[in-house]
Amino acid sequence: MILALSVSALVALALVFDLVAPRARETWARHRARRRIISEPVLDPGQERRAEQTARELLRSCVGEEEWAMYRELGFIRVWGSDTTMRSGGAEHAYLIYPHKPIIAYAPLTGKLLGEYCVEFPDDTRPYGSSRLPDSDDVLAKWMALTGDERRLLATANLHMPGRQVDAAVVTRDLWRLSRWEQARMRDIASALDARPQ
Amino acid sequence: MKPGHGEVLIAEGDVELPQDEARLVAEFRHQLDAGLWAAVPLAHADGHREAVMVHTFTEIPRDAERVIFFPRAAGG
Repeated sequence: MILALSVSALVALALVFDLVAPRARETWARHRARRRIISEPVLDPGQERRAEQTARELLRSCVGEEEWAMYRELGFIRVWGSDTTMRSGGAEHAYLIYPHKPIIAYAPLTGKLLGEYCVEFPDDTRPYGSSRLPDSDDVLAKWMALTGDERRLLATANLHMPGRQVDAAVVTRDLWRLSRWEQARMRDIASALDARPQ
Repeated sequence: MKPGHGEVLIAEGDVELPQDEARLVAEFRHQLDAGLWAAVPLAHADGHREAVMVHTFTEIPRDAERVIFFPRAAGG
């Protein structure tokens, strides 16, 4: 009799354990999760700004004085293409470099937009949680790659029709701004030369 | 160039000193092995500026002030 009761009690205990154990485990896991300290990356709002400041200094030290003034005042840099023909008397095409936008190819003589070369310089090590270079570093990387090995960069890039990522009207306006800016700059240089004592 | 940092000094030295040169060569190889591109910015006498992409240490002009490493380009 006692043996039968004991076996029944054990079976009942086992059944209750099967019912209760999963819930107990879940409750315990929830309790631990609430107590666990989740380490969040410490975001420094000034870091990106400081990185951009450093990048601007580096860009300034590498590109010419004219390109630096162009970037500072217009927000982009113009780079002449390497293909030069007798017919055009100069570069057949040129590029506009914007930070974190495609490189815009255009014909300097006509202002016609030729295409967008979509290229980026991702740092997969993600040292700061982002693979994006600071704006001015992105511009410098494009400038170095274009002036250093134009063909290689263009072969790497994805070529698209004008206006796909950058509004063609905005680029056309930027080309107009660039021409005005260059005219003003030439006038300033001429004035400075005239004012110089003979 | 590094995201979140901008310019970071990796190594510096005088290529005329053998110890320095060996260290610079090792660091140059390390950066290229890590997949970075290397460029030397140049300033010509007429004021023209450009960069030279370098693939080996011997391609670096001996009088170059610096070599800039940056992530290699990828189609965007």
